[in-house]
Amino acid sequence: MSKRKPYQREMNNDWWLKNAFYSKYMIREGSSILITLYSLILAWGVFRLSQGEEAFNAWLSALQHPISIIFHLLVLLIALYHTITWFSLAPKAVDLYIKGKPLDAKFIVAGHYISFIIVTIFCLVVIML
Amino acid sequence: MNAQQTTTNQLPEKKYIRSHEPIFWGLFGAGGMLTAFLTPVMVLVTGLLIPLGLIDAEHLSYEKLHQFVSSWYGAPIVLVLVALPLWHTLHRIFHSLHDLGIKRGRDWQQVICYGFAFAVSVFVFTLLLQMLSL
Repeated sequence: MSKRKPYQREMNNDWWLKNAFYSKYMIREGSSILITLYSLILAWGVFRLSQGEEAFNAWLSALQHPISIIFHLLVLLIALYHTITWFSLAPKAVDLYIKGKPLDAKFIVAGHYISFIIVTIFCLVVIML
Repeated sequence: MNAQQTTTNQLPEKKYIRSHEPIFWGLFGAGGMLTAFLTPVMVLVTGLLIPLGLIDAEHLSYEKLHQFVSSWYGAPIVLVLVALPLWHTLHRIFHSLHDLGIKRGRDWQQVICYGFAFAVSVFVFTLLLQMLSL
């Protein structure tokens, strides 16, 4: 055992509440909790689907409960927040070069938003086929 | 120059320990991509439009969905849509626990977080396999 006692700066658990930038960071990380719950609802839906028509319809009607509607509205908002943060980080991950020149971050972000809109419309059309 | 050469000769070969982080980070990135592009529209459809009757519930009927899920192409799609976001979110939750200063049992936190994503993935995978009809 080392006898050394290094100084450890005190760090309270509310550090992220004192600075708007850190708060936004924590909201982004916190989006994970609601999205996890949403995935679990879907996983449960697959389970109910495997049990037959009656069970699946019970799952569908449970989704009509006001609490479920409010919950999904919250998930939608926080998922959109995740989308915005993810796209704003995209230029750092993509880092495209055209003829030796870096592609402007604006185009990469815009490309993501355009794809997002196309994907969303595509999914809405597919589900209604 | 000479002094430098003698020191390099004496150094033992460095041993690298391989990290498992790339696997989880890859799943995190893929899950984050899927969550960014598809989760909003999925929530909109399954959580709002269909329950509120804005889209006819016939479009997500048992018959239609069961047929899709039991097909060879539908099963992997559903597995990815349901399970992949979890590998993203639980990676974030694991790292947020550190951000919140929860220091105890870091290795167990990791086992529980990734283990949870793994368990749900296996749960969904098994159900899909059971429904699969080729």
